[in-house]
Amino acid sequence: MDYIIQQIINGISVGSIYALIALGYTMVYGIIKLINFAHGDVFMVGSFVGLFTAKILAAQGFPPMVVFIGALIISMTASAVLGVVIERTAYKPLRKVSRIAVLITAVGVSFLLENGGIYILGPQAKGFPEILEKQQFNLFGSVQVDSNQVMILVVTVILMVVLQYIVHFTKTGKAMRAVSYDLEAARLMGINVDRTISYTFAIGSALAAAAGVIFGMTYNSVDPLMGVIPGLKAFVAAVLGGIGSVPGALVGGLLLGVIETGVTSVGYSLWRDGVVFAVLILILIFRPSGLFGKNVREKV
Amino acid sequence: MFKNSRNFWVGSAAAFVIYVVIQLLFNQGVLNDVAESTIILICINIILAVSLNLINGFTGQFSMGHAGFMSVGAYMSAILTLDFNVPFPVALIAGGCLAAVFGMMIGIPSLRLKGDYLAMATLGFGEIIRIVLLNTEYVGGASGLSGIPTQSSWTWVFVFTFLTVVLISNFVNSIHGKACIAIRENEIAAEAMGINTTQYKVIAFVIGAFFAGVAGGLSAHKFYVITPTSFNFIKSFEILVIVVLGGLGSTSGAILGAIVLTLLFTWLQDFPEIRMIIYSLVLILMMIFRPSGLLGTREFTLDLFKRKGKKSDESVRSSS
Repeated sequence: MDYIIQQIINGISVGSIYALIALGYTMVYGIIKLINFAHGDVFMVGSFVGLFTAKILAAQGFPPMVVFIGALIISMTASAVLGVVIERTAYKPLRKVSRIAVLITAVGVSFLLENGGIYILGPQAKGFPEILEKQQFNLFGSVQVDSNQVMILVVTVILMVVLQYIVHFTKTGKAMRAVSYDLEAARLMGINVDRTISYTFAIGSALAAAAGVIFGMTYNSVDPLMGVIPGLKAFVAAVLGGIGSVPGALVGGLLLGVIETGVTSVGYSLWRDGVVFAVLILILIFRPSGLFGKNVREKV
Repeated sequence: MFKNSRNFWVGSAAAFVIYVVIQLLFNQGVLNDVAESTIILICINIILAVSLNLINGFTGQFSMGHAGFMSVGAYMSAILTLDFNVPFPVALIAGGCLAAVFGMMIGIPSLRLKGDYLAMATLGFGEIIRIVLLNTEYVGGASGLSGIPTQSSWTWVFVFTFLTVVLISNFVNSIHGKACIAIRENEIAAEAMGINTTQYKVIAFVIGAFFAGVAGGLSAHKFYVITPTSFNFIKSFEILVIVVLGGLGSTSGAILGAIVLTLLFTWLQDFPEIRMIIYSLVLILMMIFRPSGLLGTREFTLDLFKRKGKKSDESVRSSS
């Protein structure tokens, strides 16, 4: 029993990272119906910005908490800017053309970020500094939680609450919901659609960057291709929860993390990614709108 | 591509001339081994692009698992020639058939999915095939199969490329192909007109997968070694990019795209550090400035050369 609870706790901490990335997918997909393949690489850039910021701040002798929050905020800001730049230069000229062309562009941007990263930073993995010292807490029995897992959960919950507030209680959030409901009607009602889409990219990218910093602190290693697999899995998480739904992304991410840890803990770690994709296919076949999605009837 | 029989015969004759000329150039030693590899790679990419175009371009089913089909064909044919001494062409066709079975398996979920969701499901399917291969000891696991006899000569590759192009373009121009195009244009309307959309979607997947399997077999028997990693989703993207760049829904576009992109890729081998950066920039710029691809849905026919008046007449009609 203790073992199972322990695995669930581990799964939730992995899943929180997926959930944060999945939010970016779900928001962008909800608004412009684009699978933003570059999102996983924005996560990678966020991780690297966090790494460099943490190193610079730590060298100045700031206390660990300040270094952590500083790295988080600076990498979120930088990635938000990157997300908006990508949207403005690569996706905006393609609003009116076929979806497949935009998808290819997204893949192109993804390749550009990955290989630009390899060109600038080198292909080797870099060590992520240990910003906050890890501590183990015993909960009950043999169940343990380390401070890093607590930090992941706290950051994820805070960001989710902020996001829920933005989406439901601000003017920008209202505009986002309107645009995702019907882009043309929103434009007719005087909503600045382009600006709203840029905001969506900024918020999604900032969340991915936060996930990147957390990822670096958990696994202590970052490299330019690190975004590919978590990016894909986060998309699966977004589909699992119901694409376009914010709570869906959270639940999908956590669920995927738990499933993955479960598969690993019974000794099938090599099949882990296969199980993730099998879950994706099953969900798509039996409940294409995801766990939290609305069932949209096709209009004839 | 072959709107009428005249085009078909002229096209076939042209293909045969190309075959003979290139064969002569090999014999005379004008083209070296590198050039031969490039030409064979172009042909393999043509098979992949033309077959994916049938699924994506003509039937409008967004598939991103083509590398998965390719790997099935590659492994099947490699095992047959390695372990069972099956003749090369038979092994290729057997590989294609197994890939077609997988195509049917992917086609069936596709009946319920469309657009991006289908894309993700096929991508997931391709990745599952890769992971299964990765964990199967019989096919070498992560290290893959090696020592595959290099039997993909220019002649064999040419024959299979020619067959693929002829069969798929004839299929597209047949009544069945028109049904596929109707599904692409509007699935609900096609169904209302009495087209069995289910059946045609599965047929498109099966035919597309068959030729992808053949292409996989050809590439396995050219490059001596296959690993599961060489058939990951990046490979699927590569094929998709060829098709989109050439023009979705145009067989000649797919051929043109395969030639242009393979040459670009080979040329970029000389700049290993910035190769992928240039490639991705080309992709983005291409899509921004020419999102419908080089040829769009138009075909390259003989009419393009003569009677300009007729052509401009057509363009007026299509724009109105």
